Order: sequence, then structure tokens, then C-alpha cells
Amino acid sequence: MIFGKVVGTMVSTVKSDKLEGVRYRLVEKCDQRGEKLNDFLIALDMVNSSIDDVVLLAQGSSCSWTDLTKNKPVDSIIVGIVDLIDEKGKETYGRFKRKSS
Amino acid sequence: MLLARVSGTIVATQKSESLEGMKLLLLEKIDASTMKGKGDFLVALDSVGANVEELVFYVTGSSARLTDASKGKPTDSTVVGIVDNLEKDGKLIYQKSRDI
Repeated sequence: MIFGKVVGTMVSTVKSDKLEGVRYRLVEKCDQRGEKLNDFLIALDMVNSSIDDVVLLAQGSSCSWTDLTKNKPVDSIIVGIVDLIDEKGKETYGRFKRKSS
Repeated sequence: MLLARVSGTIVATQKSESLEGMKLLLLEKIDASTMKGKGDFLVALDSVGANVEELVFYVTGSSARLTDASKGKPTDSTVVGIVDNLEKDGKLIYQKSRDI
């Protein structure tokens, strides 16, 4: 899995996965500190994330293993919202720290 | 899924039998920060009937075989949707009815 930051939303009506009730998010890849890397992708939002959340992305065929996406043409999904990243004992990213500041 | 703009179509008379009758699209990858082409192209199977100039998103790898149109076919990238609206940082950066 990789880190990404949710930066926007995509709407599409003509699509072949026929999924309803889930959103596509525009996600910018980021590092373990939450720094954006200027590389974008579209991911299906399975966890109801919000703009600016650092999220976990699963990519590849593993994405077709959730109940919702079974046998659907999806290759990247948001599977979690990151609360805290600890690197060598140091907190490099904190979701709630960011929101309060 | 990745964003791309349809820049053309491909004709190939000699191809794998299972690809007969399938539409092949020439896609240019898009940088979402500028909405400009990256100058990076690929060919993908079409499963939604996308037209030239439209912004689409495509899947790669084994997921490319999971649409109704591409089931069991030798493809590693398939266009799976046409973008209507794209919002980034609270701004509408692409709207199909406005930008095409």
C-alpha cells in the first residue's frame, strides 16, 4: 500500500464498473510526512475520506477482493484513513494534530 | 485508475483473434495539477465508447480484463469511464460540458 492525500473528487456517469453509492477521489501521492509528490491518480473511496486526509491506497488486482469491487475493473482503492505515522520513534504525521493547528 | 485524454484511435488489421471488433484508443496521460498532457502515450481497449478529446480514466494490469467488454481478452489497459466533472482543492478543474 502507498500513501496519498485526498485532493478532490471525480464524477463520471458513463463507466463500466456500474458501481453506485461510492465516490471516486482524486488523490495525490505523498510521502510518510504527508508531503505531496505531484503524482495523481483516481481511487475508489471505500472509507468515506475527506479532502486533505492522508489515506492508504491499495493498488492492482488486490482491489477486486472487497465485497463491493468483486470482479469490477478497479485498480486503486482507498482502504484506510491514516491517523498517525511513526518513523523511528518520531511522529512524522498526525491527522488530529494537523486539524487542530 | 489514471486520468488520460483520448487523442486518437488505433487500427490494426492483424491482431489477436479475441481482439477483433474491439476499439483501441490512443491515450495521452494527464497531469492533474495543470490538466495538460504529459507527452506520455499508451494504447488502451475501450469499454465505454469514449470519443476523441474526452477526459477518461483507465485501469491497468489484470483489472483491465474485468470489464464486460474485455473479459478474457489479452489487454493490460482498459478505459473504464468518461469523466464528467473533476474537482481539485475545491475548484472545478474540468467539466465535460464546458471544456469540450
